[in-house]
Amino acid sequence: MATVQEHLQSLMGNRVVETSGSSLTRETWNRLRHNRIALVGLGVIVFFVLIAIFAPWLAPHDPRATTWFDQIRPSSVPGPSREHLLGLDESGRDMLSRILYGARASLIIGIVSLGIGASIGAAFGLLAGAFGGWVDSVIMRITDVMLAVPGLLLALSIAAVLGQSQVAVMVAVAVPNIPLFARLLRSSMLAERQKDYVNAATSVGLGRRPLVMSHIVPNSLGPMIVQGTLALATAVIDAAALSFLGLGSADPGVPEWGRMLANAQRYLNVAPHLSIIPGVVIFITVLGFNLFGEALREALDPKLRR
Amino acid sequence: MLTVRDLRVHFPIYEGVIFDRQVGAVRAVDGVDLDIADGQTLGLVGESGCGKSTVGKAIVRLVPITTGTVVFDDIELSKLEGAELRKARRHVQMIFQDPYSSLNPRQNVGSTIAEPIKTHSLRQGAAVGQRVLELLDAVGLPRGAAHRYPHEFSGGQRQRIGIARALAAEPSLIVADEPVSALDVSIQAQVINLMEELQQNLGLTYLMISHDLAVVHHIADAVAVMYLGGIVELAPADRLYTEPLHPYTLALMSAVPVPDPVVEDRRQRTVLQGDLPSPANPPSGCRFRTRCPFVQARCAEEQPVLREVRPGHKVACHFAEELAEQRVSVR
Amino acid sequence: MSKVDNSTEPLLAVTDLKVTFNTRGTTPVRAVDGVSFSVRAGETLGVVGESGSGKSVTSLAILGLLPERGVQVEGSITFDGAELLTSSEREMQAVRGRRVAMVFQDPMSSLNPVLTIGRQLTEVLRRHHVCHKAEAPGRAAALLDRVGIPEARRRLDNYPHQLSGGMRQRVMIAMALACEPAVLIADEPTTALDVTIQAQVLELLRELVAQSNTALILITHDLGVVAGMCDRVHVMYSGRIVESGERHPLFAQPRHHYTRGLLASVPRLDLVGGKLTPISGSPRDVIDWADGCAFAPRCPAVTESCLGTPPALEPLDDTFVRCVNPAPLGQSMWKAD
Repeated sequence: MATVQEHLQSLMGNRVVETSGSSLTRETWNRLRHNRIALVGLGVIVFFVLIAIFAPWLAPHDPRATTWFDQIRPSSVPGPSREHLLGLDESGRDMLSRILYGARASLIIGIVSLGIGASIGAAFGLLAGAFGGWVDSVIMRITDVMLAVPGLLLALSIAAVLGQSQVAVMVAVAVPNIPLFARLLRSSMLAERQKDYVNAATSVGLGRRPLVMSHIVPNSLGPMIVQGTLALATAVIDAAALSFLGLGSADPGVPEWGRMLANAQRYLNVAPHLSIIPGVVIFITVLGFNLFGEALREALDPKLRR
Repeated sequence: MLTVRDLRVHFPIYEGVIFDRQVGAVRAVDGVDLDIADGQTLGLVGESGCGKSTVGKAIVRLVPITTGTVVFDDIELSKLEGAELRKARRHVQMIFQDPYSSLNPRQNVGSTIAEPIKTHSLRQGAAVGQRVLELLDAVGLPRGAAHRYPHEFSGGQRQRIGIARALAAEPSLIVADEPVSALDVSIQAQVINLMEELQQNLGLTYLMISHDLAVVHHIADAVAVMYLGGIVELAPADRLYTEPLHPYTLALMSAVPVPDPVVEDRRQRTVLQGDLPSPANPPSGCRFRTRCPFVQARCAEEQPVLREVRPGHKVACHFAEELAEQRVSVR
Repeated sequence: MSKVDNSTEPLLAVTDLKVTFNTRGTTPVRAVDGVSFSVRAGETLGVVGESGSGKSVTSLAILGLLPERGVQVEGSITFDGAELLTSSEREMQAVRGRRVAMVFQDPMSSLNPVLTIGRQLTEVLRRHHVCHKAEAPGRAAALLDRVGIPEARRRLDNYPHQLSGGMRQRVMIAMALACEPAVLIADEPTTALDVTIQAQVLELLRELVAQSNTALILITHDLGVVAGMCDRVHVMYSGRIVESGERHPLFAQPRHHYTRGLLASVPRLDLVGGKLTPISGSPRDVIDWADGCAFAPRCPAVTESCLGTPPALEPLDDTFVRCVNPAPLGQSMWKAD
């Protein structure tokens, strides 16, 4: 009998993979690692974050220096050359340097604004989801009001109050995200509340605080993380769009992708590279965030695959 | 040890455009009396919508009790609130039906089982970890399970983890809400045997809620049959199965398939007609009258009371004695 | 039971069916591993197994309902002479619903929630050209009547959510029988239903099958249901049939240890007391059929000869068993009543 059991063990041993406790986070990370699209998206994001951080060291020239203004003619703007890899802009500044520094503006505005908006929103959502009752109703009515105002109108009003500045753009990007994240976290929490493990924790005798913080919230973060990544993409576009409309910094020399697009409109026929370059750069950055966000969504919810 | 008197759980139905008004109530539990003695197992059976799960949840205070009392070891559970309630909870624990949603997916097994121990300060420091390992032994799981996460386990193993968690609080009463319904047939028996073993070793008292009559028959000392929010029959387990007195119990028994073709071939079936009435709008008088093959005029006028018809055998039917004269046996 | 004419050819014959699922990044899974059975007109066949046995995949394979990507199907499924596995989608559509119909497990999600019952029924009738557009509602009402739904005409305008679970399952059965199929496959038709409703639905199936001499393949994990409904039974484990036979001999004297284990672990309403003897281990404790008997890790009678080569399905007295060490005759399951 002993040999039969040993024989069985050796046969079954081939099939069993001993992992010491792989949490859901680790499994999600594993799935991401093997997803090529996720890696591409992540690569793009990391690339732009790096150039944003290291712009001062990478840029060959000062992005605000109009040194080469004498090379500009009404009907021609120098394109890519050896000295200026991406050419000059309509005011005689080096495009490459402006793009590199522009990454800072776009990404910082995007990430910081979103971070602030999402955090405030999450805080609201947490209170609504944890307490329910009248707290929930009040917070939901507030978010309803916030959602009722069109984003653009809100941005313009903010600019009217704060004046033309990068801060105005940041606030305008942050505020619409507050109701979005509040609702997201709240609805996740409401869904998790119904599950049996929350009932079990209640019946074990847990108080409200440990119940919410140890059980409900960790399981409600999934959708928020996915939304966060995708909202980053939207934030970058929104920041560029608001700059394009003229809401950003009053100083026209500030390198910002959206502003660069706006300035390039007049030269669309003679110097299309002035529009194309910032446009493509925005496109690639946003695509990177989107690809990574979608891959993250798939990785977090394995049932979605196939 | 557990006494439940006139328990009612009504869930309000709201309607309204801007402000919600209560327009009615779902009478999930509508007047239930139960007694369970120390170390005994009471089975609570019924089909979906009868309120048996709600009774279990009300006893554990997971749903609000509309009226009625739940007294456990002289503590009036139904009246407690706040910190007092939380402290009292450790004596009455629950095992849940769905092994896939009753464990926090982000918490490892050891932490899940340790939570009740820490919450009620039953052990300190290193003794907590030791106790977790002891509990894993008691439910037949390997000690290495403590570091792993729920999704790494099968349904039957997860149910064992749930049992270990319930035991961690050192309760006297365990309410088991369909503990084996979601498991494969060959695993159900393992878990049932485990529960019986634990009851013997630890002197536990069980309230076993299930729709599966055969499972309850096996494990319970006494059985209560519920229909549409009320108990229609209550008897010692063997007596219920050899001499069911309520027409609903009769129908229920005859509907349960038996894995024996000889028995199946010669069975006489009482097949119920019609569907379950809405618990928001139960029939007047006897709740079962709309489907009862023996219904009389009196059944619509007067709601039958659960009364003792034989020693230890209670039935809620006006005509229980008459029906017993021509009783139908399962065999 | 039903009147089965053993001299006729089988209506539906499955021969050496193998279904393999290939998912990216994991080893291929052989859900069905060489299954063969057949069914004649008027016969009720039971396929018993737990999760992981491959019983549901088998039924989906018969109707060609498995996804195309990542699934490999081998073997042969013949219906009325035609080979279903090599049939085109067009040919399958003529068979599906019309000649071979299926009733699924969950009536809640098997009906389209945004269409009325009448619409869903008439759609089936018209799709298979059973009758003209004008006649369809009348036929639909007649079908609902036949499956025991009161006020059939009025019900045609109801939506699925307005019906109870039992009624929905009856509607599913009505839809399946709309075209008078020769074979009806019911995959766990009553598992999601209450026990009294289950009794009603099974009674209905019995009547309908007897009336129209339809062949019924009943797939379930519930041995009680099988004992009451089926003429012949196949027990599946890990993708293969491990025991098969007529219902009386199989239940009275099961020879395969899995069948015995199942019967011993199910509590019975009519027997008093006694301990349940569960099958040890879990369905995950399994070895590849290529390495021997898949049930070996859990089998109480395992020997060295169970490992190494897979056992074949051999006839043994009244049944067929896939076991090199089957339980001897005379070892009855139950003590005398």
